[in-house]
Amino acid sequence: MSSLQMPKVDNSVLSRKDKIVSDLESIIDPKNVLSHSDELRPYETDGLTAYRKMPMMVVLPETVEEVSNVLKYCNENKIKVVPRGAGTGLSGGSLPLEDCVLLAMGKFNKILEIDFTNRCVVTQPCVTNLAITHAVQDKGFYYAPDPSSQIACSIGGNVAENSGGVHSLKYGATTNNLLGIEVVLMDGTITKFGGKAMDAEGYDFLGLMTGSEGLLGVITEVTVKILRSPEVVQAALVGFPSIEDAGNCVAQIIAEGCIPAGMEIMDKALTKATNDYSKAGYPTDAEAMMIVEFDGTQHEVEAYITKVKNIAEKNNSSSLKISKSNEERLKFWAGRKAAFPACGVLAPDYMCMDGSIPRGKLAEVLNEISKLSKKYGLPVANAFHAGDGNLHPLIMFDANDKESLRKCEEFGADILKYCVKVGGALTGEHGVGIEKRELMCEAFNNRDIQQQLTIKVALDPNSLLNPGKVYPILRKCAEEGRVHVHGGKTKFPDIPRF
Amino acid sequence: MSMEEKQNSQTFQDFNQSVLKPSTREEISEIIKLSYKKSVPLEITCLNSKKKIGRNFQTEKTIDLSKYSGIIEYKPEELYIKVKSGTPIEEIVKELDKNNQQLAFEPTDFGYLFSGKSNWGSIGGVVSCNFSGPRRFKVGSVRDHLLGFQGINGKGETIKSGGTVVKNVTGYDLCKLLSGSFGTLTVLTELSIKVLPKPETSKTLIINNPHVKKALEYLGKSLSSSVDPSGGVFYPESFEKYFTFNDLTHQGALIGIRIEGPFVSVDQRIKRLCKELDLLVNEYSVLDVEQSNIFWNKTRNLEVFSNTKKNLVRIVVPMSETLNLLQKLKNMDFSYFLDWGGSLIWLELNDISIKILNEIREITKQHKGYFTLIKVEEDMKASADIFTIDPIKYKISEKIKKSFDPKRILNPGKMYTGI
Repeated sequence: MSSLQMPKVDNSVLSRKDKIVSDLESIIDPKNVLSHSDELRPYETDGLTAYRKMPMMVVLPETVEEVSNVLKYCNENKIKVVPRGAGTGLSGGSLPLEDCVLLAMGKFNKILEIDFTNRCVVTQPCVTNLAITHAVQDKGFYYAPDPSSQIACSIGGNVAENSGGVHSLKYGATTNNLLGIEVVLMDGTITKFGGKAMDAEGYDFLGLMTGSEGLLGVITEVTVKILRSPEVVQAALVGFPSIEDAGNCVAQIIAEGCIPAGMEIMDKALTKATNDYSKAGYPTDAEAMMIVEFDGTQHEVEAYITKVKNIAEKNNSSSLKISKSNEERLKFWAGRKAAFPACGVLAPDYMCMDGSIPRGKLAEVLNEISKLSKKYGLPVANAFHAGDGNLHPLIMFDANDKESLRKCEEFGADILKYCVKVGGALTGEHGVGIEKRELMCEAFNNRDIQQQLTIKVALDPNSLLNPGKVYPILRKCAEEGRVHVHGGKTKFPDIPRF
Repeated sequence: MSMEEKQNSQTFQDFNQSVLKPSTREEISEIIKLSYKKSVPLEITCLNSKKKIGRNFQTEKTIDLSKYSGIIEYKPEELYIKVKSGTPIEEIVKELDKNNQQLAFEPTDFGYLFSGKSNWGSIGGVVSCNFSGPRRFKVGSVRDHLLGFQGINGKGETIKSGGTVVKNVTGYDLCKLLSGSFGTLTVLTELSIKVLPKPETSKTLIINNPHVKKALEYLGKSLSSSVDPSGGVFYPESFEKYFTFNDLTHQGALIGIRIEGPFVSVDQRIKRLCKELDLLVNEYSVLDVEQSNIFWNKTRNLEVFSNTKKNLVRIVVPMSETLNLLQKLKNMDFSYFLDWGGSLIWLELNDISIKILNEIREITKQHKGYFTLIKVEEDMKASADIFTIDPIKYKISEKIKKSFDPKRILNPGKMYTGI
C-alpha cells in the first residue's frame, strides 16, 4: 500500500530548501513558514492515514494576497504546491510530497458575511461545514450538504472534493449549494467565479473548480446558499426479509413521487453490529433495514410517511416504526452513525469503500459483494445511501497479516470495478485523490483522461499544483487504496463516518 | 486521399454540403475530424429556437443535429433519462409525463419570444444555453440536472464525463463546464438528465396590486419561509391583460407565489404563507392547479414578450439589489417583470443604443449582477457585447476553449470575439 508512485522528486528544489524558506519568509509573516521536522509532522497525512509523507515545508498564509504571492513564487521557481484545508479528506487529496510547499489554509477561519436577505453566507475556506449552520440556525436557517465529518471538515475542502452527505438526493452535493468562490490560480492570478447572483454567465468555472481536488486553483473565499430549516423532520425504521424487498421498496418510493430527505439501507451484518454497539432498537432479524426520513411542513411529512408505510407493507416489510419525537428519530440514526466504530469492534481493521450505483442494482451488487467476501475469505458489512445510490461497504481484515491486507485491497478494487460495471461511479463523495487514482481507467478511457489533463495543463502548465493526485501516473489499473482504519482508530476517531 | 479521408467520405458522403445533417455519433465525429483537419469553422444548430441568442459569426458550414434525435434510455425509478442531443424537449416532456415525472428546471420555450409560437428547442440547446425557469431558486439550474454527457471535442474525439448517478465525484465535473458554453467547447451527443417526480398538485397565491418595493418584500419573506415555494414572480400593471383568470379577483400588478406538493399540504401552506405575510382577505386570490400551471407556463416561456419587436435583456442580481437597480433605470423607456423571487429581471427596451446598453451593463455590475442581451435589433448585434466578461476570465476562457477546440472551429465567436 505504501508503494504508490508519486511524481518524481525534484532534487534541485530540495537542495534549495534554505533559500526557499528565506524567500517565503519575505513573502509572508516569517512565523507562518514552518520548516523544522517537528513542526511538519502534523501535516504528514490527511484522513487517509495509510499514506504519510513529510512535506519540504509548510506555509500558513493569512490573506489572499499572500496566497497569490506564494503561488506566484512557487510557479516561477518550479516548486510543487499541495493545498490543504482541515485535512479530513478520505482519499489522500492533501497528501504532501517530499519536495512540496504545503499550503495550509488554516488561518482562513472566519465567516465574513451572513446575508439573510439573499439567503447566503460568505466565508473563508477553513471555516468548518457545521460552523456555517451554527452561524445561521438561530434565525431558522441551515447549510444543506452534511458530509459526516461536518464537525471538522472545512468548507473549502468540501468545495475541492464536492462533498455530499446523506441528504444529497433532495438537496444536492456541494456544487448544487454553492454560489461563488474566490480562487487563486497557480500563476498567482486572483479571481472570483460566481457571487451572490445565481448562474454567472460565461463558462461555468465555479462548477469546474468544484470537485477538482485542489488541482486547478486554491480556494480563498466561498459563498454558499442557506436554506430555511424544515418545520418538521420525521423518520421511519423499516425491516425487510430480503435485500430484494428493500431494493424494491426504494424503487417504488421514488416511482410514487416521494423524494425523501434521506434514505439509508444497512445489511444484516451491519444492522446487528451497529445495534449491538449503540442499542438503537434495530430489527436484528431482518436481512435489510431501512431508515427513511422526510422533512417539510407537518401535513407534507405526514402525507409522505403514510405513503411510505403503505409501500413498505406491499414490499413485505417485517417491521415498521415511525419516529414520534425528534429524540426517537435521532435514536434511529444513532446506530447508523456509529457504523465505523461498530465495525471496529468486529475486526482489528476495516476499509470503507465509496462507490455509487444505480439504486435498482443494490441487490445485484450486494450479492456480488457477498460472493467476493466468500472468495477472499473476508467479512463485509454494507451501508447504502439508497436515496442517492452511494454504497459504503466496510471490509474487515487484519492489517498485521500482509496476506489479509492484500486480499482486502483486491476485494475493494473488485467492488469498485463492479460498481462501474453496473453503471455507477468509482467514488460518490470521498474523491479520487491518490486512493482511487489507478482505478480511473475503469471509468474513463484514454481520451476522456487526456481531455481532463489538457484542462489541467491550460491552468497549470508546469503541473505544480497538487500533482500526482486524481489522474494515474503510469496509466495502469493497479489495485490499491481505500480508507484504512487500524484498531478502530482513524486520524479523527471522534468524527462520525458514513 | 488518405486512408482516413477515404473512410470518412465513405461513411459521410455529404461533407461538401453547407448544411450537414448527421444522424449518428460517428458521422458527427467524422465531420468534426474533417473540419479540424481543414480548419473549417462550424455552426452547431438543431431546432433553431435559440439561434438568435449570442453573437453573429460566420462559418463555412453548419451542423444541424435535428436528425440525431431520440430517447436512448429512460429509467423512471433511477430518476434519469438518457437522450441524444437533438431530441426535442417536447418529446422528452411527453415521455416523462407518462410516469408523472418532469424536467424540474423548467426549460424556457424561446419560440414565443422570437416567433410568437412554441419552439421549445432540443435538449442539447437547452443544456448549451443553461437558461432555467421559475423553479431555479429551489431546484437549481439546467447544469444541476446534467448527470453525464458524451460529446465530440474540436478535434473530433469522443469524450465523456459524469454518468447516470447523482453522486459522482470522479474527475473534473465537465458537465458543469459544458452547460452554458453555447456549443463552443464540444458538440454534445448524449445527455443523461436527472428527472424528478411531478408534485401531486400545485397552486399559486396571487397578491393583488402591490408596488414593486412591497412586492420584493413579500417575495423575500416567501422565499425565506418554511412553506418552501417553488416560484416567485412579479408582474407590473402593464401586463395585466395577459392574466385574465377566473380565479383572479383583481386586475393590476400582481405577485405570483407557487406552492407545490401533496394535496393536503398545499392548502395548509398557502394559508400559512398568507398569515406570515399578514395578508387581508381582499388582498389575494389563489389559482387552482390548472390555472396555476397556465400561469407558470406563460412565465417560463416569456409569453408576455411574445413576438416582441423590441429588445430583451436578461439581468440577474442578488435580490437585495433589484429595487435600487430598477430605480437607476427609471429614465429609460422599458417594461419588465421579475422572476426567481426577484433576482431575475427580464427587461424589454424600446429604443437602445450602445450607450444605453453600456449604461445598463455598468449599473448591473455595480449591483453585483450580470447582463445578457437575449434579443437585439440586427443592426446593433454586430457592435454590441452580448455577454459580459472581465479580462482575467477572458484569458482563462481562451485557455479552456483551446483545450477543447484548439483550432476554434466550434461556434467560433458565438460568445466572445476570439473564443
